[in-house]
Amino acid sequence: MKAEEIKILLEKSFPGKAFELIENATPQGLAVSAEDLVEVMDFLHTHNQLYFDMLSCITGLDNGPETGTMEVIYNLYSIPNNIHLMVKVVLNRDKPTIDSLVDLWKTADWQEREVFDMFGIHFNNHPDLRRILMPADWEGYPLRKDYKEQTYYRGMKVEY
Amino acid sequence: MANQVQYIFDNKNLRQSEPQKFRPEDLKRDEMIVNIGPQHPSTHGVLRLEVITSGEEIVEVVPHIGYLHRCFEKHAENLPYNQTIPFVDRMDYLAAMNSEHAFAMGVERMLGIEKDIPARVEYVRVVVAELNRLASHFVALGSYGMDLGAVTAFFWMMRDREHILRLLEWASGARMLYNYIWIGGLFYDLPVGFEERCLEFVNYLKPKLKELEQVVIDNTIFVNRTANVGVLPLDLAINYGITGPMLRGSGLRFDLRKVDAYSVYPEIDFDVPVGKGQMGQLGDCWDRTWVRVQECYESIRIIEQALEKLTKEHKRDRDFDPRAMVPKKIRPKAQDMYVRAENPKGETGFYFRADGRSDIPLRCKARGASFVNLSIINELAKGGQIADLIAVIGSIDIVLGEVDR
Repeated sequence: MKAEEIKILLEKSFPGKAFELIENATPQGLAVSAEDLVEVMDFLHTHNQLYFDMLSCITGLDNGPETGTMEVIYNLYSIPNNIHLMVKVVLNRDKPTIDSLVDLWKTADWQEREVFDMFGIHFNNHPDLRRILMPADWEGYPLRKDYKEQTYYRGMKVEY
Repeated sequence: MANQVQYIFDNKNLRQSEPQKFRPEDLKRDEMIVNIGPQHPSTHGVLRLEVITSGEEIVEVVPHIGYLHRCFEKHAENLPYNQTIPFVDRMDYLAAMNSEHAFAMGVERMLGIEKDIPARVEYVRVVVAELNRLASHFVALGSYGMDLGAVTAFFWMMRDREHILRLLEWASGARMLYNYIWIGGLFYDLPVGFEERCLEFVNYLKPKLKELEQVVIDNTIFVNRTANVGVLPLDLAINYGITGPMLRGSGLRFDLRKVDAYSVYPEIDFDVPVGKGQMGQLGDCWDRTWVRVQECYESIRIIEQALEKLTKEHKRDRDFDPRAMVPKKIRPKAQDMYVRAENPKGETGFYFRADGRSDIPLRCKARGASFVNLSIINELAKGGQIADLIAVIGSIDIVLGEVDR
């Protein structure tokens, strides 16, 4: 199914909500607003024509302090229907918050923790939002564009 | 010096080994925290497990990872695409060729040159990737046998893996981290005589695999240790994003080489083995191991067919230049791209965001198959015995380089 058809399907089911096609995205993609994310994802997950049962990848992305936005990108795949979909959510960089998808896909647990660890994007209702790759007492979020590493970590010089 | 006290007991010392999810005062009666790893051979690398046990029974497993975090994504967004390939090698260091293949494929698709890659280059890529898949499965099977007390298998598998590493060293100059598959081509063409030697090796390997099956897979002790242990139902596996031999062990015929039909895999005839629950329930540790062994046979079939093509249809040619399509300047137009490929461990994916103005990606995210596969460990080990936890870790087949990236 094409992204345009998915968009029409979504617009029918969620009247008054805006969905945008992403240009130059492979696989095809849609942009969704952060408030509707869980509802839309639940719809995509359970609708019998779509049935996106696998959440392949969650990517965080920082557009830098000049733009003032961050993005979270979800790559969905439907095994029975063989459809790909990229779902993009744009967040405000000052206070990046988004709802967690752990209730829909359990794989979101670790992948959201990784995004939190690297970008400091907070996931509401996440059962166990701890840092996953960096130490618990590390300062700052390494993949932000304006990241500066701390000078000392527990008495060890960080910069080499 | 000899009488000097080196370590003074202090209650605070117990709190030094953070991160710790559970605190001793939170535990129920009869429960206890057992720490396994990060320096323990059965955790297959630097994986630390915080295990809450009640007697021999496991209540919860909390994995702590990140000990091998080498900032792949940060490196990737500071380097041009072609210079990132050595870092891709170091993600899944047991199957570097497969990761390189996925990465090169992604960048080629971004540039729109994936159709122009010469067939010989693609067949060489398939041969080296499948050789590396064999090597990776050998480590998985051998070390899994070792985890469960069968030392013979480990030596046998390392002996046969050595042949593969030497073949790949002959082709690329390196034993494990190759930088052989380049964007748009290859580092060099295969050395003269490689095809014959590779075919010789494949013929040598077939009876050895049969031997392995008899000694490990069908061994009663091995079956007793793995059958009905760590049962993974299919719906849970999909919900957890599990891919690769683990998903196929749970009974789903899902292989990206078939589903996405990338590279020259559609021109090659091979089967996708799936678990059948022969020794116990469907999706137990034995099924996953059995799928890996069967995949070795399929890899051999793929290598044979690819070598056939490389010696006949796409023969070695004096004028053939594997670097002919390598772009001088890699600057994809602005786009989002998610590419995935079947690695020995499962689906390895790369997400790229190119802004169209620079040779460096704005963002390059790697989806490690081991990372996602490892996240299910709590579900598999909960309620079992501590000895079964070791069987479960081995059957997931993780490479910590890919978990931590």
